[in-house]
Amino acid sequence: MSTLNLNIKKHVGEALADSNLRKAVYNATSSTTVTRQKVINTIPYWEELRNKSYKIKKEVIENLDYYLELFESRCIDNGINIHWAIDDKEAKSIILKLAKQKNVKSIVKSKSLTTEEIHLNKILIENNIETIETDLGEYIIQLKDQVPSHLIIPALHLSKQDVGNLFSEKLKIPYTDVPEELLLIARKKLREKFLSADMSITGVNFGFAENGSFCIVENEANAHLSISLPKIHVALMGIEKLLPSLNELPYFLKLLAPSATGQKSSTYVNFIGGPSIEKYGEGPDEVHIILLDNGRSKILEDPKLRETLYCIRCGACLNACPVYQQIGGHAYNWVYMGPIGITLIPQYLSELEGKDAPFLSSLCGACGEVCPVKIKLPEHILDLRNKVVEKDKSKFFEKFIIRTWAYAASKPKLYRFFGSSAKKINMIIPKAILKVPGYHKKRSFPGIDPKGFREQFRDLEE
Amino acid sequence: MKVALFIPCLNEHIYPSAALSMVKVLKYLKVDTVYVDDQTCCGQPAFNSGYQSEIIPLVEKFIKLFSDYDYIIAPSGSCVSMVKHHYKSINFNKSLNESYIQIRTKVYEFTDFLINVLKIDSLSARFNHKVTFHDSCHALRELGISSEPRKILKMIDGIELIELHDSDVCCGFGGTFSFKYEDVSVAMVERKCTDILNTKAEYCVGLDSSCLMNIDGYIKKNNLDVKVIHIADLLAQSLGLKK
Repeated sequence: MSTLNLNIKKHVGEALADSNLRKAVYNATSSTTVTRQKVINTIPYWEELRNKSYKIKKEVIENLDYYLELFESRCIDNGINIHWAIDDKEAKSIILKLAKQKNVKSIVKSKSLTTEEIHLNKILIENNIETIETDLGEYIIQLKDQVPSHLIIPALHLSKQDVGNLFSEKLKIPYTDVPEELLLIARKKLREKFLSADMSITGVNFGFAENGSFCIVENEANAHLSISLPKIHVALMGIEKLLPSLNELPYFLKLLAPSATGQKSSTYVNFIGGPSIEKYGEGPDEVHIILLDNGRSKILEDPKLRETLYCIRCGACLNACPVYQQIGGHAYNWVYMGPIGITLIPQYLSELEGKDAPFLSSLCGACGEVCPVKIKLPEHILDLRNKVVEKDKSKFFEKFIIRTWAYAASKPKLYRFFGSSAKKINMIIPKAILKVPGYHKKRSFPGIDPKGFREQFRDLEE
Repeated sequence: MKVALFIPCLNEHIYPSAALSMVKVLKYLKVDTVYVDDQTCCGQPAFNSGYQSEIIPLVEKFIKLFSDYDYIIAPSGSCVSMVKHHYKSINFNKSLNESYIQIRTKVYEFTDFLINVLKIDSLSARFNHKVTFHDSCHALRELGISSEPRKILKMIDGIELIELHDSDVCCGFGGTFSFKYEDVSVAMVERKCTDILNTKAEYCVGLDSSCLMNIDGYIKKNNLDVKVIHIADLLAQSLGLKK
């Protein structure tokens, strides 16, 4: 396996130095946090919804083989073509082959993190297939040649002025930073693309095993246009995205919108149950689903950590995370960021490649509190730290220190000896010299108390 | 009632005052406490850094030392939560399981103990200052402690409690996180201190010395005009138990 260096520490440093970015991230996350809470306050059975959805996801993930096979056969009954892709390479080659077979010249895409995960656009564009993102945030990011910095709000790190400058430069139009005007400019550009595209590529929010159908949840109707106008619709779907049937969907829709955007409900839910041109005289001739593994079955092997596959990509844990609020999404240098990102990074990659990720958390627990499907994120972060420590040979010095300390702490007399020695040293050496490495730059450290509790408690008793 | 003191490392070595104040307040409320002599560390710093098997001897020692008491009280939510919740994921000797199940129900954070076990509802105490309160993450989210410290503060005459904006947002300490990602940690405490200054309070009160050390470190380094105080120290002082 290749060793990829995510360089998280370097990217974190760059993010912290960018005050505009930090302001934009802080404003966006705090306003979403407030609106989320407001909506949830109006849903008295919120906790029951979370518990129910957890159980449903558990049922699917624990029996994923069964539900996948059911989904495949029901989809085939409905005239949907099913492709299986073990990894990103296979998925890309399937899509590219399809496009070439059908002589596809242009593709419209609606927002899909799974396509970001496999870097799909790059290979399509390299093969001279025009590929246009049609979600406004994604369109902005594509023009800027960046990747999303948030699961739900891809251009969260940009201000309206940033977008104004970008549009003016890339689309050769006079500068404006009025959001409504920017929206109309993008809409006009995109309408042409919808009408001329030969193929659409989307993600999948939920697949329904019993029904052999799936849905896409959105607010801008760009997914709706994408799946209605072009002749071929290709949906890239992570194998974990299944529900047993359509019957379970309402629970998730009720949870998704408040968690993601603080809306009571999403504006559009598009259902796709096969090619519809013959039945309804409109819509695509062909529907393809590519079921992507790309590391998911590896995650499934761990009976505890497989819970991270329950994620519905709502982004609530990002908004609630005080670390994400400071650094934004690019600092994680990976498609999934924030608390769910730091649990997925070392699992999708390897513990060694993703070793810095699970430590990018103060373990405050805010993520676990907001997760709509009750993924125990704080617990998984701790478990992954443990896995990294067990695999990482470079932590030799840290391991030595911790083991020595743990040994001493299991021997009370020895521990007290160390304690009292430290107190004596602290009295002899001026406090200024005793700086804690990696702590003192912008914080003073109090130093060790000359007597300590144990001794003073004795004095108190006497 | 046999009440054992569970003294966090930070209170043993750096901030003994908060733990001593806790003892004095408990004594004032007619609760005698015992210091279990061979206690060391609950293992949390290592556990949170990814070292789970290394702390097995510490977990086993803790369970053996504290199993004979009716209550185990600490001036910290974080260390209590380590014992109450996280010991579950440690692979300690199964023969200690019964004792551990008992201990889980007997280990209390100080304010939780005052309100929910001693059920105090009034105090003849005075503290003529404006204060604000920072919620420590583990006390709040893992132990559900939020109203308890506020109830106590409201029992004290002369105190003006101003709610802190985003009081439930982490101060950025996070144990080893504070030096593994020092700059992120500092950015977080900077934000916390800005919110604290905005309340115009004279004191920021907390129930965990770790958060208070982090906040105070930033305050001192930047000469900010506000003080931090552990709720046990504040209580001892307002009850006249402390010079």
